[in-house]
Amino acid sequence: MTDSQRIRVLSTSLIIGFFLTWEVLCIILNVSDLILPRPSEILVTMWTRFPVLWPHILQTLYSTLFGFSLGVIIGVALGVIVGTSKIAYAVAYPLLVGFSSIPKVAVVPIFVLWFGSGTTPAVLTAMVICVFPIVVNIATGLATTEPELEDVLKTLGASKSEILWNVGLPRAMPYFFASLKVAITLSFVGAVLSETVASNMGIGNVMMTASSNFQVSLVFAGLIILALMGVALYAVFSFLERRVTGWATRGNDIAVT
Amino acid sequence: MSANIPAPTAQQAKPAGVHSRPALELQDASVVFGSGDTAVTALSPTNLKMERGDFLALVGPSGCGKSTILKLVSNLIQPSSGLVLVGGKEAKAKELRIGMAFQNPTMLPWLTIEQNILMPLKIVAPFKHTYRQDKKGAFRDRVHALLAQVGLKDFANHYPWQLSGGMLQRSNLCRALVHEPDLLLLDEPFGALDQFTREELWQIMQTLYLDRKPTVLLVTHDLREAGYLANRICVMSARPGRIISDEPVNIPQPRDIGIIYSPEFVEMTQGLRELIAQVRSA
Repeated sequence: MTDSQRIRVLSTSLIIGFFLTWEVLCIILNVSDLILPRPSEILVTMWTRFPVLWPHILQTLYSTLFGFSLGVIIGVALGVIVGTSKIAYAVAYPLLVGFSSIPKVAVVPIFVLWFGSGTTPAVLTAMVICVFPIVVNIATGLATTEPELEDVLKTLGASKSEILWNVGLPRAMPYFFASLKVAITLSFVGAVLSETVASNMGIGNVMMTASSNFQVSLVFAGLIILALMGVALYAVFSFLERRVTGWATRGNDIAVT
Repeated sequence: MSANIPAPTAQQAKPAGVHSRPALELQDASVVFGSGDTAVTALSPTNLKMERGDFLALVGPSGCGKSTILKLVSNLIQPSSGLVLVGGKEAKAKELRIGMAFQNPTMLPWLTIEQNILMPLKIVAPFKHTYRQDKKGAFRDRVHALLAQVGLKDFANHYPWQLSGGMLQRSNLCRALVHEPDLLLLDEPFGALDQFTREELWQIMQTLYLDRKPTVLLVTHDLREAGYLANRICVMSARPGRIISDEPVNIPQPRDIGIIYSPEFVEMTQGLRELIAQVRSA
């Protein structure tokens, strides 16, 4: 068995072990299923209520991905502007830090005020929450491009946009994809958060409603669905990352020997 | 064209013909970094003239401004005073076609060797206009021909990190030559290699040069490299640099690598060495 296989087996058994311990502890300590339902109960709830849950899963996925896409577009555009100019970087940085340090929960009431409850605030929250890490990473990737790599194109008489396109952006790709993994998770958090506060759709709303009706196992079912969705989204983007920027993780003397 | 004719030296710079503009000309070009009290003169006003097809080696103590001259010519920096003319035009002009190889191979790590070498054709006119059509055809053949000439024909689809330092430097030469530059600038491209690899690359460089006869400006610390490859050697003084000696190398090309151990060659490099030792201590 190789090391990576061993790691995979161990982490699978850790996950299974976690749920088994949960199940066993609930039985031994005789925990009420109004406090903490057993994983087996949660699984049954997930299975029987799945037709009802499915549209909400799609709704949450939709808000997350829509907001995330908007965030990526805005984040990349801002990142390129900020990263290609040292002055823009210095000027914009305090404002960006200011924006990023606002707890994103705080923007939800504002969006609700502006657009009413529903899908729009969820999408916007998902967008706002993921912009900053993308901007910072794109800007950092561009700003840290080795001048030697740019010189290669400069001596050929390349224009600023040719240098950006052929050196800056490919060089920033590993940073970009690293930020996407963070950003998709944040978007997901943002969307669920907004659904919890102000929506009648989505897993966040399901959990909120179930909680007020004391359907505890449904609350936990929602939680586990969220965890699965989060892992799935993360996995998709780390797969993409490895496909697109594999060059950055192979060898160690690749850029400038 | 016979390689036996020694190149004219800059001091007696009477152009061979009035009609032929020098490939490269520095007219009192100087470079000062910073201003006021912190100003550092990197290059004293320097005059230098190269005819088409010259292979000029620029040697001198470190920090003397050799690389500054290359940066001037390649338009990476602007002269603080004076003029830099490439093919009779100011180096600012976009249309000059320059190939440059640095000491670091600086291959873009996300591209294969083939894609790296194609890069100049993507950027430089007139090739860039037909890049989309030709990158899979004529341009690719051209890259493969170059790679074959430097002994890398099986490595076109490798990534830079899969190649050794010497192989990277060979690809670097290919990239500097692929767009048929009129002027080839070499900034110590063999500096970081071991002696055997270096001598091997000198021979490859000589072949590439004799095949194409571009105008070459080589900056190097290695006097044997200068003597083996160049047909003219300029020595620069310590900072702030200026050219203090400009001599032709009267050995017919192609040169056998063995000549670097011949008495005449050793005598020539000894002479250069003493000259540089003097300007270092001066």
